[in-house]
Amino acid sequence: MAADSQRATANATTFIGSSDSFWTLGWADLKRHRELLYYLTWRDIKVRYTQTLLGVTWVIVQPLAVALALAVFLGRTIHLPSDSFPYPVFVYSGMVLWQLFAQSLTESSNSVVRNEQLVSKVYFPRLLAPLSAILASLLDFAISFPVLVLFLACFRITPTASVVLFPLFVLPVILCSLGAGLWLSALNVKFRDVRHTVNFLVQFWFFATPVAYPISSVPVRWRLIYELNPMVGALQGFRWALHGEGAFPTRSVVLAIFTGTTLLLTGLYYFRRTEDTFADFI
Amino acid sequence: MRTSFESGGRHAIYCEGIGKRYRIGMRPRHRTLRDAISHTALAPFRRLVSCASSFANDERDLWALRDVSLELREGEVLGVIGRNGSGKSTLLKILSRITRPTEGEAEIRGRVGSLLEVGAGFHPELTGRENIFLNGAILGMARREVEGSFDEIVEFSECGRFLDTPIKHYSSGMYLRLAFAVAAHLDVDILLVDEVLAVGDAGFQKKCLGKIGDVAGRGRTVLFVSHNMLAVDSLCTRAICLHEGKVVLEGPPLSVTSRYLQNWLPVFREVVHDDIETAPGNDLIRLHRARVHPLNGSPANQLTVRTPFVVEFECWKLGAQSRLDLAAEIYNEHGVNVFATAENRESPAPAGLLRSSFIVPADLMNNGSYRLHLRIFLNGVGVTLVADWEDLLAFEIHDAASELRGAYHGQWPGTVRPDLQWKTEFLEALPASMAKDQSLN
Repeated sequence: MAADSQRATANATTFIGSSDSFWTLGWADLKRHRELLYYLTWRDIKVRYTQTLLGVTWVIVQPLAVALALAVFLGRTIHLPSDSFPYPVFVYSGMVLWQLFAQSLTESSNSVVRNEQLVSKVYFPRLLAPLSAILASLLDFAISFPVLVLFLACFRITPTASVVLFPLFVLPVILCSLGAGLWLSALNVKFRDVRHTVNFLVQFWFFATPVAYPISSVPVRWRLIYELNPMVGALQGFRWALHGEGAFPTRSVVLAIFTGTTLLLTGLYYFRRTEDTFADFI
Repeated sequence: MRTSFESGGRHAIYCEGIGKRYRIGMRPRHRTLRDAISHTALAPFRRLVSCASSFANDERDLWALRDVSLELREGEVLGVIGRNGSGKSTLLKILSRITRPTEGEAEIRGRVGSLLEVGAGFHPELTGRENIFLNGAILGMARREVEGSFDEIVEFSECGRFLDTPIKHYSSGMYLRLAFAVAAHLDVDILLVDEVLAVGDAGFQKKCLGKIGDVAGRGRTVLFVSHNMLAVDSLCTRAICLHEGKVVLEGPPLSVTSRYLQNWLPVFREVVHDDIETAPGNDLIRLHRARVHPLNGSPANQLTVRTPFVVEFECWKLGAQSRLDLAAEIYNEHGVNVFATAENRESPAPAGLLRSSFIVPADLMNNGSYRLHLRIFLNGVGVTLVADWEDLLAFEIHDAASELRGAYHGQWPGTVRPDLQWKTEFLEALPASMAKDQSLN
C-alpha cells in the first residue's frame, strides 16, 4: 500500500531555478509538508516540557505567577485602576493573551536558527519553522484559556454570549506575532543580535500594551498612535469578549487587524525573499 | 521557464548551466551586527574573515559551482568526486533544494530523497520511537510509510530494547544505527547521498554501502558524492569529477577515478610564499613554506615506504601573545584519514618566522598518494580554528623492494604498513601418534 502512495507522487517533477514567485507562497509545497508541520509542532511542545516536574502545568503557572506579582505590587500598593474588572482578573486575563503573544514572538524569532541543523542539511519549506512555533504557542493557549474562564467563574464573572467572539481577538495576536516573527527569524539568520533584541523588544512591548493598566490611563490625544500596536486592540477586544460590558472597541480592533496584517505581509515578503539563502548564512 | 526541457527523455535529473556564487566572508561564524560594523571599520577585515580570500586573490565573489550541466538517466548511479572545495557539496545542496543556484536551472523527475547527514533533526530529548517518526517526516516519508516499515526499522537498528529511552542516553553507535535505519527505509526514485559513509566503524560503513548498492540494484537513480574511490568504482555506473566548480572529467567510474588520482591530484611536495603581505593566512599567522622531504636526503629524492620523512612548516607568527598550535592530517587516495597529529604548546611561541616539523618514521605508511591538510588552532578560552588549508601538500610514497614481502608482489593491503616484528617459539613436540614426519626424516 505504501508503494501505491509513492507511485502517486512518483511523477512529481521538481524545478530548481534561481528564483521563485513570491505570490505562490510555495503553497503546494507547504501542503505537501503538512505532516512535518505537525511533527515539528509536536516536537516543540514535547521538548519544552520534558524533564520538568510540572510539565504542561507551566502553561498555567507562568501567567498566573506574573499576574499574582502584578496584582500584589501594582494592584494593592499603587492601586492601579482596572476598569470594571477586579484587578486580579483584569491582569490575569491580560497575561493569558500576552503570554500567547510573547511566546509566539520569541519562539518564532528563534525558530529558524534553532533548526539550524535541519536548515543546512534538509530541504523543507522554511516557513514551517516559524509556523510550528506559533502553533505550539497556540496549543498552550488552548490550555490556559479554559483555565482563565474557570478563574473568572471564581470571581463570579460568567462570560456572556460575546465570549464566542474571542477567536476574533486572538487573530491580531497571531497576525502580529507571526509577522514580527517572520521578520526577526529571517534577520536572525544573518544577525544573531536579534536573539538578544527579542527579549528587550518583548519587555518594551509589554509596557506599550494595556496588560497591567487599563487603556483609560492613556491620554486621549495619544490613543490613536497607541492603538497602532495590534496588541492594544487584541486585548481590548479580548476583555470585552470575556465580560461583554460596554461598547465593542471597534476602532482599536480594526486598527489591530490592519497593522497586524501589514506586519504579516511585509514579514512574509522578506522571509520568502531571503529563505533561499538561509543555508548559506546560517 | 527559459529552457525547454526535452520531454520524451527518460532522464531523472537534468541540470543546465548551474552556478552558485558565494560572497567571500559570507559565512563567518556568529555573525553579529557589531561584527559587521567593526569589520567595515577595520580595513583589512577580509583577511580575518576567511583564509579562503587569500587563495581567491582578493576577489569578492567565489563561484563554488559554475556552468554545470548534467543529465542522469533513470537507474543510473552517478559518482561525484573532486577535492574538498571543488563544489561537490554545493551541487548536492542545490539538487536537494537546500540552497538555490545563482544561475541555471534543473529539473528532477520523481520522488527525491536526500541524505546529506544521517539523523538530521534527531532530538536528544525525544525517545527512539519518537525520533523515528520525526526523522521520517523530515526525510519526506508519510506517517503511513513509517508505520508500515516501523518494525523493520527497529530491527535494522538493533535498538529495540531502548525504543522508549530518550536518545540522549544512546551510545554514538546506537544513535548512528537508528539514524541510518530510518534513512535506509526511505523509498524514493532518486537518492542524493553525501558522505554519510564517512562516519561510523567499518562494519557500519559496509552496511551503508550495501544499502546504497541495494537501492541502485532496484533501478533507482542515485547521485553519490564521495571521497571514497573504491566505493565510487564499485557502486557507480558513471562518474564525474569536479574541479573549482566545473566538471572536468566524465565517464565510466574507473577511468574517472584513475584519471582524477593521476591528474587532478598533482604532486606538490613543497609550497612557498615569499611575500609576507600576500601569503595565505590572517592577522595571527601567515604561511611561508610547507614541504615534505626525506630525512637525511635531498628534497628531490623519492619517498618510499622504507624512507623516514620530515613534514615541515614555516610560518610567520604575527603576534607574540597568541598560543597557536599546528595540526596536520594525512589522507590517502581513498579519502581515509591515515593519521592526525598536532603540536601542543605549553606557552605562546614568540612572533617571527617559525619552523615546526615532525618526522614520520620508516615502515609506517603504505605506498600510495597522500594529501596533507594543515589546520591552525588558537588556544585561548576554548580552541578556535584560525586557519584551515586543505590539500596543502600532496605527495606520493612509492613501494620499495623489501624482505617483508617474500614472494608476494601485489598491493600490500591495509591503510598503514608497519614493519612489525614477528616471533615464533617452539612450545612442545607433537604427540607420538602425529609424529610421522619425523620418522620419514
